[in-house]
Amino acid sequence: MLAKANPGIDERIKSEPFMTRLMKRPELGAIGGVILVTIFFMITADSAMFTLSGIMNFMTPAAQLGILGIAAAMLMIGGEFDLSIGSMVAFAGMIFGVFTVNVGLPLIFAIPLTLAFAASIGAVNGMIVIRTGLPSFIVTLASLFILRGASLVGLKLFTDGSTQLRGVRDAVENDFLTPIFSGEAFGFVFRKLADIGVLETFKSGLPKVPGVPVEILWFIAFALVATYILLRTSAGNWIFATGGDSNAAQNSGVPVRRVKISLFMVTAMAAALVAIITVIDAGSTDARRGFMKEFEAIITAVIGGCLLTGGYGSAIGAFFGAIIFGMVTIGLTYTDFDQDWFQVFLGGMLLIAVVFNNAIRKRVTGER
Amino acid sequence: MTNPIIHMEGIKKHFGNVIALNGVTFDVFPGECHCLLGDNGAGKSTFIKTMSGVHKPTAGTINFEGKPLSFNSPRDAMEAGIATVFQDLAMIPLMSVTRNFFMGREPTKGRGILKRFDIDAANEICVEKMRDMGINLRAPDQAVGTLSGGERQTVAIARAVHFGAKVLILDEPTSALGVRQTSNVLSTIARVREQGVGVVFISHNVRHAMAVGDRFTVLNRGQTLGTASKGNITPAELQDLMAGGQELATLEGSLGGTV
Ligand SMILES: Nc1ncnc2c1ncn2[C@@H]1O[C@H](COP(=O)(O)OP(=O)(O)OP(=O)(O)O)[C@@H](O)[C@H]1O
Ligand SMILES: [Mg+2]
Repeated sequence: MLAKANPGIDERIKSEPFMTRLMKRPELGAIGGVILVTIFFMITADSAMFTLSGIMNFMTPAAQLGILGIAAAMLMIGGEFDLSIGSMVAFAGMIFGVFTVNVGLPLIFAIPLTLAFAASIGAVNGMIVIRTGLPSFIVTLASLFILRGASLVGLKLFTDGSTQLRGVRDAVENDFLTPIFSGEAFGFVFRKLADIGVLETFKSGLPKVPGVPVEILWFIAFALVATYILLRTSAGNWIFATGGDSNAAQNSGVPVRRVKISLFMVTAMAAALVAIITVIDAGSTDARRGFMKEFEAIITAVIGGCLLTGGYGSAIGAFFGAIIFGMVTIGLTYTDFDQDWFQVFLGGMLLIAVVFNNAIRKRVTGER
Repeated sequence: MTNPIIHMEGIKKHFGNVIALNGVTFDVFPGECHCLLGDNGAGKSTFIKTMSGVHKPTAGTINFEGKPLSFNSPRDAMEAGIATVFQDLAMIPLMSVTRNFFMGREPTKGRGILKRFDIDAANEICVEKMRDMGINLRAPDQAVGTLSGGERQTVAIARAVHFGAKVLILDEPTSALGVRQTSNVLSTIARVREQGVGVVFISHNVRHAMAVGDRFTVLNRGQTLGTASKGNITPAELQDLMAGGQELATLEGSLGGTV
């Protein structure tokens, strides 16, 4: 007689070991990378790299890149690229400079206007991609040049011929919103810790690290919000579906066009946020701002586990990808290595990440 | 009978110079299973895609519950209560079964900015609906890409049955299914029909069509060959119509009546 199958449980599965489950997470590679890079610099770099000020030193560029990288990751999960992120930083920087310096708007107007301006350009990118059906790679490659050129022309126009717009610092110095976008946060905590001797201090008694640079907080907040959206909201499900197979998603009732356009807008606004933070910090803006950042952002996303074909990836992965980036860029200055190894290192990381991600994807889809 | 839920009149669909549909009229009543039959390339899938909002018809009118309507997207059709199992299933291999099941119609909890995808409820419903169809999922967070062809088809069917409040469209839903799952699908069709849902069923299998169908419309090269109701047509006549009106009898004879 045939054994009667038990309807409740499936006897054909072994319980999945924790490690196998972990292996399927897209961010695994990036976290492993952070560990490896940390060990590498622990051995080779000056011990100053892992003091509090050393950490702030590499986390600041990591944060600036990471804000772009997380946005690029979300867009990539949604199945598209944006090569104009870097130029958008320059363009939004120019717009922001003009609003604050030339027009003299307070930040409460200048910032939303800059973000809205960037978002509308992002929406145009998205609409062109959707209308023409062309790969976003090509469409945004055009935007890369258009925005870079427009930043140059615009800067000259608004500064009577210079490619640098100065005076942002003076214009926003006393604005009540400035501390949110520039400088260090939690200064009082750090001073307190210095007083009780937990933190290293200068002779004056002030802590050597005055606080957490605000971009790091923006970076962490953005990573958390993006992860929440991707994993815990309907919109997140739509992003994965759109990138996985936009036709199937559309036929299943996902508003694919809305998803893509929103993602292009988010990416552009992330670029504008980075522009605002770095322009206030530098006190001026120029046409080279954000140069090559589009590639670094995409590399960050890929190291973070995003598939180039879309539908798979993670914001937390991009978060760690950006930290790897920051550690390598800044870390090499703490070692005896020639700093120009940086690009070699980066290319190597990218290659390893792509090969690794490909293997992971095969695992997830059951090697078909 | 009452009024049809959906009535499609003179539907034409051209793709460039290809005429896929050339004036098809079709309707579905509540609690009825209307079978759409025809040869490969007859235009069945194209037709149901105009019904589910994927294609906009080149010409023709759609009346939904007595009112003229035009669907701008599959989402519109879904909101009207039309759910479809597409021939290509519309599944995302990289996503989990649950995420596929609720794609575009996620259950949420919380309100305002805290409104979020209720994954626990979604997993529960998904496992339960799949069990109803005779498939025990290993885990609801398993990627659809790891499922067998028939399991994948079952997810698509379970999803459509769950969301098809008024009209359920099934485009060759049993093509990859085992014996038990097929009879499950056929009895599910019978069940939802009793609940007053109108079912559109596409199949190449006359026995399956005869088992659940109330009316049969045969398409051939983008046109309707005619509609017959159950009892007015024999399986053999239907078979001949489905093959484009040609005599299959001789062929059937030589194959020992197994077609
Ligand atoms: N997007 C499209 N562009 C061009 N031609 C199309 C398109 N979709 C369908 N067709 C053509 O329309 C005709 C009908 O196709 P359809 O898919 O509706 O057939 P079908 O009856 O579902 O066939 P099958 O039984 O094989 O599923 C075919 O000749 C097909 O080539
Ligand atoms: Mg078909």
